[in-house]
Amino acid sequence: MPAATQYSEIKTHSSSYWALLVLLAAGVLIGVAGAHHMDVEGHHVSGMNNQIVWGLPHVFAIFLIVAASGALNIASLASVFAKQAYKPLARFSAILSVALLVGGLAILLLDLGRPDRLIVAMTYYNFKSIFAWNIILYSGFVVIVLAYLWLMMERRMQRWSKPAGLLAFVWRLVLTTGTGSIFGFLVARESYDTALLAPMFIIMSFAFGLATLILLLMLSFSLDRRELDVSHLLRLRRLLGIFTASVFYFVVVFHLTKLYGTQNHGFEAFILMDGGIYTSLFWIAQIGLGNLLPLALIYAPSLQQSSNSLVLACLLVIAGAFAQLYIIIVGGQAYPLNIFPGYVVESGFYDGVVGEYAPSLWEFMLGFGGLTAALLIALLVLRVLPIMPTALGAEGK
Amino acid sequence: MTNLAERDLTQPSRRGFLKGAAAAAATLVAPGIFLYRTGQAATSLSSEARWGLLIDTNVLSEADVDACVSACQREHGWRAEPGSKTDAQWIRKVKLTDQETGHQKFLPMMCLHCESPPCVDVCPTGASFKRADGIVLVNKHICIGCRYCMMACPYKARSFIHETLKDQLPVAPRGKGTVESCTLCVHRVDRDGANAVPACAEAVNRGERKAIVFGDLNDPQSEISQRLQELGGKRLRADMGLNPGVRYQGL
Repeated sequence: MPAATQYSEIKTHSSSYWALLVLLAAGVLIGVAGAHHMDVEGHHVSGMNNQIVWGLPHVFAIFLIVAASGALNIASLASVFAKQAYKPLARFSAILSVALLVGGLAILLLDLGRPDRLIVAMTYYNFKSIFAWNIILYSGFVVIVLAYLWLMMERRMQRWSKPAGLLAFVWRLVLTTGTGSIFGFLVARESYDTALLAPMFIIMSFAFGLATLILLLMLSFSLDRRELDVSHLLRLRRLLGIFTASVFYFVVVFHLTKLYGTQNHGFEAFILMDGGIYTSLFWIAQIGLGNLLPLALIYAPSLQQSSNSLVLACLLVIAGAFAQLYIIIVGGQAYPLNIFPGYVVESGFYDGVVGEYAPSLWEFMLGFGGLTAALLIALLVLRVLPIMPTALGAEGK
Repeated sequence: MTNLAERDLTQPSRRGFLKGAAAAAATLVAPGIFLYRTGQAATSLSSEARWGLLIDTNVLSEADVDACVSACQREHGWRAEPGSKTDAQWIRKVKLTDQETGHQKFLPMMCLHCESPPCVDVCPTGASFKRADGIVLVNKHICIGCRYCMMACPYKARSFIHETLKDQLPVAPRGKGTVESCTLCVHRVDRDGANAVPACAEAVNRGERKAIVFGDLNDPQSEISQRLQELGGKRLRADMGLNPGVRYQGL
């Protein structure tokens, strides 16, 4: 029987650790400043408008929310699927998922036209709205995962951590189904309106969450000079490869399905051929840099032992994630609604033309602030709670 | 027992305070009750009527459609600078050119007041709502400004208020950070019932044959129903099954 894993707080006092914390805190302040400016001045200081109503803040927010549910996978593999090899990282997986979700929700909240009406959002529910369900799913996720984390950490309660892990796993699947359905349920737009978006968001969460987890794992281990054997990285590398390939598969099926119906040819031509920035983002950033290149890095036989190649693969997966979400969220709105088939449509309200959107600095600040808030929360919790294993040594020793 | 003595001394003033408080409460609550009653009057709408519009594009000229837009702006106090991507537009002029024949038409587009409005379905707080008489509105008090309704509307009927507004009109309260759209001139409908004429219709109905007809779609004898029986009417995006209350002729 292997020795029980020892956990401890991050203890480093290295200047790089403190500098990182200061930078992240500055990022949060920048985010607050951006949100405050947008709140006082109104959304006209953002690049968002009456055609592109959701923009860069939503790309950041949805990335964090999707990555949050995916970050929990490592804990689920240990608790639900009894993969003992992942158990030492279960606590980290849980706390990271909560931190990412909080960062994403902060962006969504602060981007509202009336963020002061949070209490309204929490007390008035329209249960036909997937958005309303998401408010419950997100709050529930935080509570369930924190309880799950406590049950894992409290030795007397550990037998309850398995059912709690199962509940958290099911909850996170429902949650990401809800996030994908925000778009999947939009029947009016050709760019959305498909049940495929729900499972596609789930598989996206697997890849985005794992890439984020690997990066933060390597970062915190290196900051605290803990031993991280390559065998552990190899296992995570293979998992990331499977998840990234699955995202690619879903993207292919999504576009093939849309391409089959003649009524969607205009939209598909827009994304795949003549959509300008969206087409470039799709082929270069999402497919090339976000899917194919990381797959090559992950599976190249000569790079199997290289942790640098894994870091690069994770960064590329995350960059591809931002491109993919930008295309889904902004590109999906930019393509004009087809209200009058058979007619060329013109109006002073941008009917019949591709919506224009240029993100402003303020909304970038808000999105960036949410991202840094998530990382700051994660790094601070690692300092005060015994989340991280003291070492992940070579297996079989 | 100084405490008792103190209490005795305080009794009269406490009683006085209670009286004062009761009076203050009454003054505060009375207008509330009044508001509640008027609120009730506004909500006790009947679903017997379903208000709608018939827009006859054969009668409307481009100048007519411009007049519709101007009338709505005057009535509700909104302005849209040409070229602005963020200014609200409750009603807009749409120019259609037939791809095969090159035939051109102009028509006004606004909230179509669907029977099954997607904006109401997706609104997380219920701020987007449909009245019993079919008018789709935004409750400005509980709209959180998430813009999900704008994502869901198939007709691009809604606008988000991107900046602080001044000089608002009493009939159309508006606020930065919330979403708004055509109200079907609900203030006129509540005042005049079946005889109401929305501002856009008022601006263009001159001759015998009205270009925009307001009326009760549920009443087979109403002018709008008669006109629809006579020549039919097109529901935009009929494939979605939303059954809009605004119908078009001549498309």
